[in-house]
Amino acid sequence: MSALLSIRDLEVNIGAVRVAAGLGFDLAAGERLAILGRNGTGKTTLLSTLAGLREAEAGTIALCGEAYAALGARRAAQLRGLLPQGHLDAFQSTVLETALIGRHPHLGRWAWEGKEDERLAREALAAVDLAGFGVREVHTLSGGERQRLAIAALLAQQPRVYLLDEPLAHLDLNHQIAVLDLLSRRAREDGVGIVMVLHDINLALRHADRALLLFGEGKTLEGPAGQVLTAETLSRLYGHPLREMRDGDARYFVPV
Amino acid sequence: MPTRRRAFLVILLLALLGLASLALALAAGSLPVSAADIGRALLGETQGVAAEVVRELRLPRALVAFACGGLLALAGALMQVLLRNPLADPYVLGISGGASVGALGAMLIGLPALLVHGGAFAGALAATLLVFGLARGDGSWTQTRLLLTGVIVAAGCGAAVALILSIAPENKLRGMLFWLMGDLSHAASPWPALSMLLLGLLAALPFSRDLNLLARGDVTARALGVPVARLRGGVYVLAALATAAAVTTTGAVGFVGLIVPHLVRLAIGNDQRVLLPAAALAGGALLTVADTLARTIVAPQQLPVGVLTALIGVPVFLYLLTRSPRTA
Repeated sequence: MSALLSIRDLEVNIGAVRVAAGLGFDLAAGERLAILGRNGTGKTTLLSTLAGLREAEAGTIALCGEAYAALGARRAAQLRGLLPQGHLDAFQSTVLETALIGRHPHLGRWAWEGKEDERLAREALAAVDLAGFGVREVHTLSGGERQRLAIAALLAQQPRVYLLDEPLAHLDLNHQIAVLDLLSRRAREDGVGIVMVLHDINLALRHADRALLLFGEGKTLEGPAGQVLTAETLSRLYGHPLREMRDGDARYFVPV
Repeated sequence: MPTRRRAFLVILLLALLGLASLALALAAGSLPVSAADIGRALLGETQGVAAEVVRELRLPRALVAFACGGLLALAGALMQVLLRNPLADPYVLGISGGASVGALGAMLIGLPALLVHGGAFAGALAATLLVFGLARGDGSWTQTRLLLTGVIVAAGCGAAVALILSIAPENKLRGMLFWLMGDLSHAASPWPALSMLLLGLLAALPFSRDLNLLARGDVTARALGVPVARLRGGVYVLAALATAAAVTTTGAVGFVGLIVPHLVRLAIGNDQRVLLPAAALAGGALLTVADTLARTIVAPQQLPVGVLTALIGVPVFLYLLTRSPRTA
């Protein structure tokens, strides 16, 4: 079976700033990749390039074995989902309606959401602890609830590859763990691939199989999370010394 | 949960409201006509003054009002999605400003009525292209840039209108003022506006679920497979054509495009599949009723209908603004 996401010789720039150069990796079914880096190193830009929303300067990206150009926007949206940072709600909308937007790529031009779509949306809401919120207006949600709603819309989309830009933003601790557990379960049980931008090293260590570090100026490091995440690489990554602590087999990193 | 059944009921209800507004427009006036006489006149069964008035005067004018109200509301709904701002207006991008300059310029040099319409249409499209071209300048297409360019072009058009008014001869001023305020008493055939309304709805409806996503932001829409750049271009052209068609027919009638989609949205939510046809019907009904009032309140004097829509629109708008601060 081929990789869900296959990256070769990828070069990504934002203006004069180089995000990645010669980047290559495969994301297999069931794998979870964490992207870490300082603010402004281009994590969001890289994710948006991986989602096919932005042209790479060089290199190839294959989603389920095909280039984005060959897939087309609609087919791509059936295969990969993106959780953007921040959610703009200019207009009123209910929570259920917002979760249902994930069904868009699966519906024909004249089709309306049916019973099955509603079931999927309600299941997704329940999965992020928003069951019973269906008729609430999105404007009345808290920041964390709104973030979980965006994740629910992504779940309802049922993509093969999840691209998540800071999925833990605005979430309290128990929901951070719950969301990561939920994503891990999807990876394990349904074989989806997960790429997520995280700022919490210890959560990344526990909930990612692989890690991609963006050092800036195009320098990147990608590999198994346990090997890539060390006190030395992380200190270099954040420009701040970190120390590794051990509790039995579990490793933790704390800033010095 | 959006369903076809609910959409159908909403549209049916508003279609009935639209028919009621047309019936009112046919019945009301200095010559009262009974419902039975209206029916017979429409079927072409009777001769005489009443039938003549209904068929030749009131029906075309009511249809023009309905079509233009519908066009303005449709354009408003589309602009609000495009600018992702529930308080946007089809005039905000300078379209009516361009039309005013074109129409008043044609009046100033004494062109016949048909060419005044032509001037208005040309002016509206010229302003549209200007805003579109300038806002796209660097390839980005942000709402703020579009909005600011539109506001500035509108301001420029306002200055040109003031210039034309100040150098125009006395005998042309009244016609110009009525045109600026929106006036249906010289309305021509209703068919161009009606067909534009129908075409506009037919063009927009297949993309209405895409528009729902566009209203939620570019990245979200693109990630879900919506071809955002093409869609926005199409919506902009459609909204501009609809506004130009309405403004060309009736002059600058304000507030219909702002208030109607907003009220409809408050009542039924922001699903464009229902909102677009519902706003078109409600806008049609509103302008038909407003025009009927405009020609009957101080009969035999006629008021410019734009004055009435503004008198209704301003307080409603301010009420909405204070009621829902989050949308500001």
